[in-house]
Amino acid sequence: MTALEQTQTASTSAGMPAITYNFAYLDEQTKRMIRRAILKAIAIPGYQVPFASREMPMPYGWGTGGVQVTAAILGMDDVLKVIDQGSDDTTNAVAIRGFFETTAPGVATTTRTQDATVIQTRHRVPEQQLQAHQVLVYQVPIPEPLRFLEPRETETRKLHALADYGLMHVKLYEDIARHGHIATTYAYPVEVDGRYVMDPSPIPKFDNPKMDDSPALQLFGAGREKRIYAIPPHTRVVPLDFEDHPFKVQHFAKPCALCAATGVYLDEVILDDRGGRMFVCSDTDYCNTRQAEGHRGEMSALPEAAE
Amino acid sequence: MSTEQTPAASTSELALGFSDPVREAQATFKAVMWAVSRPGHRMPLATNLKPPAPLTPEMAALALALADYETPLWLDPMLAKHKGVADFLRFHTGAPITDDPAAARFALVREPGNLPPFTDFAQGIPEYPDRSTTLILAVTMLSDAPFTLEGPGIKSTRSFGATPLPADFATRWADNRLLFPLGVDLLFTTSGLVSALPRSTRITAEA
Ligand SMILES: [Zn+2]
Repeated sequence: MTALEQTQTASTSAGMPAITYNFAYLDEQTKRMIRRAILKAIAIPGYQVPFASREMPMPYGWGTGGVQVTAAILGMDDVLKVIDQGSDDTTNAVAIRGFFETTAPGVATTTRTQDATVIQTRHRVPEQQLQAHQVLVYQVPIPEPLRFLEPRETETRKLHALADYGLMHVKLYEDIARHGHIATTYAYPVEVDGRYVMDPSPIPKFDNPKMDDSPALQLFGAGREKRIYAIPPHTRVVPLDFEDHPFKVQHFAKPCALCAATGVYLDEVILDDRGGRMFVCSDTDYCNTRQAEGHRGEMSALPEAAE
Repeated sequence: MSTEQTPAASTSELALGFSDPVREAQATFKAVMWAVSRPGHRMPLATNLKPPAPLTPEMAALALALADYETPLWLDPMLAKHKGVADFLRFHTGAPITDDPAAARFALVREPGNLPPFTDFAQGIPEYPDRSTTLILAVTMLSDAPFTLEGPGIKSTRSFGATPLPADFATRWADNRLLFPLGVDLLFTTSGLVSALPRSTRITAEA
């Protein structure tokens, strides 16, 4: 690190030293290391690149891997959106957005998918088709798709090196034997560009098809396990399946109760303690945009449903 | 001044580095990130660096943005014979300069017409294919011929060309692609532009 790069401290008018973080919190040497890992990850789609994950001022469960990836790519001309389970308003999303508003002055934030250049996400892919200049940064708790089948890192590395994914097929087939279908509904494993099997993070399998041939760049950061991986734009991403049990996404019986959208992922919302419930878009920006455009669902008239 | 680097010459003799390191390193990285994400696509790369010749401003920008004490640099004979180039790179990045291409994380190639065989450089190992050399080439021109590219980052096909390159470049690249996921990645620089061929890219035709 050169002197110019070191985190600078400033003084307040009262003479008290105030800590001023480096832009986007991370020091420049850490950013370079993460940036190099990102470039390798893009060059080897689906391969998990090790990186020296740093301590971040938030717990691991809050997506420190995604935060570090975002911090390494963010520039002052970027517009950042942060979602958690499709929502911009959860504690986790608000905290991460606030973290970058504080540490990356100049970076604009938004809740609008179409206005964002960088979207950090936990557990969802936005409903709106992403665009070529956008980067989707996934927060990943467990990056190794073979981890529950083979706990030893040395062994999983070997299996990836040999492209030996028999274990994974056995696991999915056991699902079929036990349940009559593949019961995995989250973090459903995918094969990237015909080579590496990859964990898509705990998104619903409903979102898997959005990863395939996406115009956007998709980056994945796992902080605790110190891994970065990537799917370049327009890359073939195929969920693992069997000829007699092809991959299928969830279908919802009714449209969104607020905006009447179909073909989107819905969350169940409990309305009262008498069993009243409705199903609404998990992607709040998508739902709000549709409502603003005049789309109305069957519960739209309810005052509490409008908010 | 941090203790991580040993100035090889006094500051007054050396060309300056980034004037705004945080912003310029980010902008340079972002151009490279999109170049690798869209193989063969030419990304704008602005820099005010005036490094010692024959190091080009764009090569210098990539080195300053990506290299540090963790990443040994290899210089091709044209760059290696000008001592000022190594001094500049060592001072501004802290990276060690190595004579061994297989030990380099980045290789700077000023004369891509005399490109050494890719197999001279680190290819990565099966469990860690990322432990490979990234070659940074200075070309005089990037164009849309004679190669047709396919692979991740490319919607269907993309046209690509760079001058000068060895006559057997397509064969060399095909051999590199056969090693996938091992192999080297290439970053092409020219005046104001950067383009990339990551190891995942295939050359499917040569006009
Ligand atoms: Zn809705």
